[in-house]
Amino acid sequence: MTAPRHHSTLVVNGETRDVLAPVSATLLEVVRDQLDLCGTKRGCNHGVCGACTVLVDGRLARACLMLAVDVGDRPVTTIEGIADERGLSRVQQALVDAGAIQCGFCTPGFVMALTALLDANPHPSRDEVRSALSGNLCRCSGYIKIVDAAMRLAGSPDA
Amino acid sequence: MPESTNKGSSIRTSAPQPDAGANGTRPPRRDGSAIGASPPRLDAADKASGRARYADDIRLPGMLHAALLTSPHAHARILGYRLDAARAIPGVKAIVTGADLTGPRAGGIIKDEAMVARGKVRYVGEPVAAVAATDMATAERALAAIEVDYEPLPAVLTIDGALADGAPILHEEFASYVKTIDGGGHGNVVFESSVIEGDVDAAFARCDAVVEGTWETQAQHHVYMETNGCVADVDAAGRITLHVTCQSVAHVQQRVAEELGEPMARVRAIATKVGGGFGGKHASNIHSIAAWLARAARRPVKLVLSRTQDFEVQRCRHPARIWMRTGALADGTILARDVRIVTDGGAYADESPPVLAFALLMSRGPYRIPNVRATGCAVYTNKLRSGSYRGFGNPQASFAGESQIDDLAVRLGIDPVTLRLQNAMRPGDTAFGGQPVASCIVAECLERVRDAQRAAPPLPAREGRRRGVGYAVMSHVSGLMGTAAALQLRSDGSVGLSTGCVDLGQGADTTMVQICADALKLPMERISYAPQDSDASPYNWKTAGSRSTYMTGRAVAVATVEMRAKMFDHAAELIECSTADLELKPGGVIGVKGAPMDVTFKQIALRSLFQSGGPIAATHGFVFDGPGFDPKRAAVNRLAFHNLGVYTFGAHCVEVDVDEGTGAVEVRRAWCAHDVGRAINPASCESQIQGGFVQGLGYALTEAMHWNAEGWLTTVTLADYKIPGLLDAPPEIHAIVLEDPDPSHPVGAKGIGEPSLVGVAPAIANAIRDAIGARVHTLPMTPERVLTAMDLLS
Repeated sequence: MTAPRHHSTLVVNGETRDVLAPVSATLLEVVRDQLDLCGTKRGCNHGVCGACTVLVDGRLARACLMLAVDVGDRPVTTIEGIADERGLSRVQQALVDAGAIQCGFCTPGFVMALTALLDANPHPSRDEVRSALSGNLCRCSGYIKIVDAAMRLAGSPDA
Repeated sequence: MPESTNKGSSIRTSAPQPDAGANGTRPPRRDGSAIGASPPRLDAADKASGRARYADDIRLPGMLHAALLTSPHAHARILGYRLDAARAIPGVKAIVTGADLTGPRAGGIIKDEAMVARGKVRYVGEPVAAVAATDMATAERALAAIEVDYEPLPAVLTIDGALADGAPILHEEFASYVKTIDGGGHGNVVFESSVIEGDVDAAFARCDAVVEGTWETQAQHHVYMETNGCVADVDAAGRITLHVTCQSVAHVQQRVAEELGEPMARVRAIATKVGGGFGGKHASNIHSIAAWLARAARRPVKLVLSRTQDFEVQRCRHPARIWMRTGALADGTILARDVRIVTDGGAYADESPPVLAFALLMSRGPYRIPNVRATGCAVYTNKLRSGSYRGFGNPQASFAGESQIDDLAVRLGIDPVTLRLQNAMRPGDTAFGGQPVASCIVAECLERVRDAQRAAPPLPAREGRRRGVGYAVMSHVSGLMGTAAALQLRSDGSVGLSTGCVDLGQGADTTMVQICADALKLPMERISYAPQDSDASPYNWKTAGSRSTYMTGRAVAVATVEMRAKMFDHAAELIECSTADLELKPGGVIGVKGAPMDVTFKQIALRSLFQSGGPIAATHGFVFDGPGFDPKRAAVNRLAFHNLGVYTFGAHCVEVDVDEGTGAVEVRRAWCAHDVGRAINPASCESQIQGGFVQGLGYALTEAMHWNAEGWLTTVTLADYKIPGLLDAPPEIHAIVLEDPDPSHPVGAKGIGEPSLVGVAPAIANAIRDAIGARVHTLPMTPERVLTAMDLLS
């Protein structure tokens, strides 16, 4: 028998969305499967890789570790809500320009983590950047160009 | 038409400039040429914005969800299935088990596999049944309702166990399997190969110094961030279309057609964006399951593996045991090497034969050693299949070989860099196997990393840590198998480019367009690059073997030149002049040399489409055409390759700190110099070098798949299986991109995908030895192994 579904609403990327999902559904399952916001990636479903990183009430969260019903009325921002439909945010553009994007599967998570860092600390040091992004795994890049992109945004002399 | 070459090129080694910034980054070229610039990747904005569509992002109307029932036994006979309870669950639309399969087995050189187990299971995690249902929860409930009766059999979990007298045999029907090459398999031996040059025994008798050792390497998983998966669709006539994350649509089409007993005309494969491959998506094994279920249910079926299932059912790098002996004269001249490599192939042959062969070919290293004997075999064990993984046997062989060069240097009392330079291959030498090597700058690569490390400001010493510096050199290939490219000129003068080369994230799409744009002096935005689709794309064997920029790039360059020649013919008729008077001008114009008499690509296209001559298109396809092994020089036995070549070279230097108390190894800085032939996209070259280094760092220090005594894989999450995170990677990885154009490629390019990983583990091992005076022979070089090595010393 299919698990009972639960009606709720979520505020995602500034819009109030109706959700019908089992209470056991994670935020990742809801944004991907119910709301068709597929930019948030499932890399491990285990809270390790960071590919599913979103912002909940402005703070970083692993969408795979959070139940959608626990979000309540806190606003959720996914990669689709980072920039307007036509353009890229400065974080996204910096990653593009630095050649920091390879397979791209980890990229949305890095965009969220770096956006949150720069919102809280506009001029981080290289060590602060490395620490802030250390919860996101990338298998392609060796991380160097991702950190370089962040340092350019930070306006740091060691960029 | 003959391929153009650049034999007369004066470029030897140019990029990057010595004033390159941190980690080798530097400004793009400003001469307007598409080659040598680093424009943003074609798909970077899609990936940055979350719009890029990977396999799990595909949703089709009426789509079902598939789940796999996997084996709980390492080795067991399947006695029967009870499926009635599962079939009775509402929402279950199709079930497949090995009992449904009646066709021949599938696979690579040895066709020993089936998409779900038939008759026996041979590893824990092997798919036994699959269910398609209206949602994932229903599919998983159906799995729980399936009963499979097994008769457990004794399992073989190690190389020694596989080769022991009276060992349980995994494949009793081995002799009856279809094999495209007879590899001499018997018992649990999958394949045996050897390459021999010179008189090894006589040469050792002349040596003043001989070193010998045995190295062991582990199973490494690719851990592409996107797990394997696909969506299989089916039309009313039963024709199947797969949207698939893969390394070749041609391969997926062929494999699925083979397993479903369909003609290839009834199977179509379309590549989605690929979230990393590294060899792990090289061979298709689960796609046939989705296709079978879709055909049975007459509805689209999505099968995307969880991370745990991806660890359990895909493939890994071959664990290997490598015995090696190397001998030299007192002056440092290396005379002889003897190598024996045994790889653990797991339960199915997959790419075991060519991986073994390539490991043997690479076991000499990039050295002039006149007498070398390399023999080996791959064996079956009751574990996950081993297969293709970035480096393809070379990381294992190089870990042993480059470690042993340092041991030899210590024995001889010669500096390890000096010993390497003294014995390094030079242009005009032959590779192991006897093929001539046209371009070779291994010595320069080594000098560059040595000089860069010495010029860098020293890092302060740290209390309780011992500092060490280590080096490794390596070679690899970039030419093998077949590929093609196709172009057409559109009515507006823009160009459509199509190849079968799937971009795995390394930037092949952008590179191909850069090559085409350069040859047409056309802005990149006026060239479209078609996604890979087996219905439309020219054949390409696979995105694998570091071959895309060399092989497919060469096809693109030649096809573009061919199309350009046809455009010149039209231009000459439009202008009423000789083609010899014409030249290509930037921006899509052909005109008279030195005169303002021009026609645009658009005018040429419109003439060809509507007035005369016909649509302008060009294709070029070829199979790697370099020289084969030289039977006068090398005795080559069952090597699984016809020919391969276009050798690339590189060198790594690392600085490590070893914690005296814990044995933990920290790589502080790295310098990696690689010959890329010609840097089409320098930023992508640097990314491949830096990314390959960090993947090699995981191989060297932290990554290992473990099986318990019952054959259960215990490292099945990213919490158990440790790939390097940002803080594990050194903050400085200096990519030194060197250009030594290959004369057989129109723009001189070679591959860089795999070489960047190959030298990492031995360079770190040598740095550890430099730091603590002890040699670690086993990967990964965990703190425990480093401490043990230190203890053995004292």
